[in-house]
Amino acid sequence: MQLTLEFGGGLELLCDSEKIHKVNVDLPNGVQELTMKDLLSWVRTNVIKERPEMFIKGDTVRPGVLVLVNDCDWELSGQLETTIEDKDVIVFISTLHGG
Amino acid sequence: MERGEAKSKKAGGPPRLCCICNERRPVLKRPKTLQQICRECFYEVFEEEIHQAIVNNGLFKSGERVAIGASGGKDSTVLAYVLSELNRRYSYGLDLFLLSIDEGITGYRDDSLETVKRNELQYGLPLQILSYKDLYGWTMDDIVKMIGLKNNCTFCGVFRRQALDRGAALLKVDKLVTGHNADDIAETVLLNILRGDIARLSRCTSITTGEDGPIPRCKPFKYTYEKEIVIYPFCCFKSSLDYFSTECIYSPNAYRGFAREFIKDLERLRPRAILDIIKSGEDFRIATTTKMPEQGTCERCGYISSQKWCKACVLLDGLNRGLPKMGIGRARGGGVNGGDHKKETKAGSTVKTLESKQCGSLDF
Repeated sequence: MQLTLEFGGGLELLCDSEKIHKVNVDLPNGVQELTMKDLLSWVRTNVIKERPEMFIKGDTVRPGVLVLVNDCDWELSGQLETTIEDKDVIVFISTLHGG
Repeated sequence: MERGEAKSKKAGGPPRLCCICNERRPVLKRPKTLQQICRECFYEVFEEEIHQAIVNNGLFKSGERVAIGASGGKDSTVLAYVLSELNRRYSYGLDLFLLSIDEGITGYRDDSLETVKRNELQYGLPLQILSYKDLYGWTMDDIVKMIGLKNNCTFCGVFRRQALDRGAALLKVDKLVTGHNADDIAETVLLNILRGDIARLSRCTSITTGEDGPIPRCKPFKYTYEKEIVIYPFCCFKSSLDYFSTECIYSPNAYRGFAREFIKDLERLRPRAILDIIKSGEDFRIATTTKMPEQGTCERCGYISSQKWCKACVLLDGLNRGLPKMGIGRARGGGVNGGDHKKETKAGSTVKTLESKQCGSLDF
């Protein structure tokens, strides 16, 4: 499925300073739906070019990284359980920098 | 921007509506209240809560000249925007200025200053920039070349605090505001506990500090969560809320990083913890028998200090003499402040030598 990923708050530095990535993600074998959990590991493998520990901690994003799925806080849609559909826009913003 | 408007992303359960207006789709779960809230209600409640913090704590008086410590980062950019908005909307009657400090960190500060210059035009607030080079003769890059990558934040923080005061004096303002948010203050409470810094612990949760010093400063964002400060520009869709966001290149070794990691983990489990830590910090009472540093003035520059020389003068002296360790860590005698204050500390004693405490600067 076609997805748009946006990185902000300094996270873009982990992906060659590109803020917006339009990507094509294939569902893992035998899986009907794509969840954020699957997407995260896909992003980690395919989009993050350096220092993955700034983005991911264990199964989920590093604390301090906000995730918005179609402009909506992923806490409202089940965090890792959120289902992702074609043409969705996912934004990752890090809050961990000076103000 | 209606992308995904019709899609409900909930994993099971009917789509909910905003807790406040009951009309619109929620976009955020507020960490402070765990409410599900829509975009419009969020920025209303965000701005209203800051207005309440300002009014309930008597932060400003009409006619005051107020400088906003602006770094170009998320907190100060949102602060400048919200403060000028509220000033207008509620007629605070304030004369607002932007004050920026250039520490001389290539690739970090020079970029973020561009944001502040943009803000000057966008919000129509006069901007004053002071640099470490002019004030002290050293840029942070020079300092790091001499001292290496440890204790950078000590130098930078101490110099910046004074620089802000000098800038405020130049602008002839009555008050300084900074964008420190709830997460920052909670981190500081923890930091001060970890370091056993009683003097700072007693001051660091005050919303206004330094009323007995040259320039009082306040933190209107004291109860505002960092997450909300980050989401706010998204909800507003104002291009003027575009800020600069990178980590300072010298910060990875800062001690504060540990407190921050911990706070973030805590927030994930129980978001209310951040405000609760601040409340605990406010409720601390220091035993009257505890010896506290006394406030005086620096012999060299006249700045507020609890030692003979203020920390900035000690650090600067060290740099100029090629003794970068001076003023860092526990002093063992020698140096201006070391001599007469030496106390014998027995094992287990809680009375620490005073010279090892940071000088009584205005806040944390």
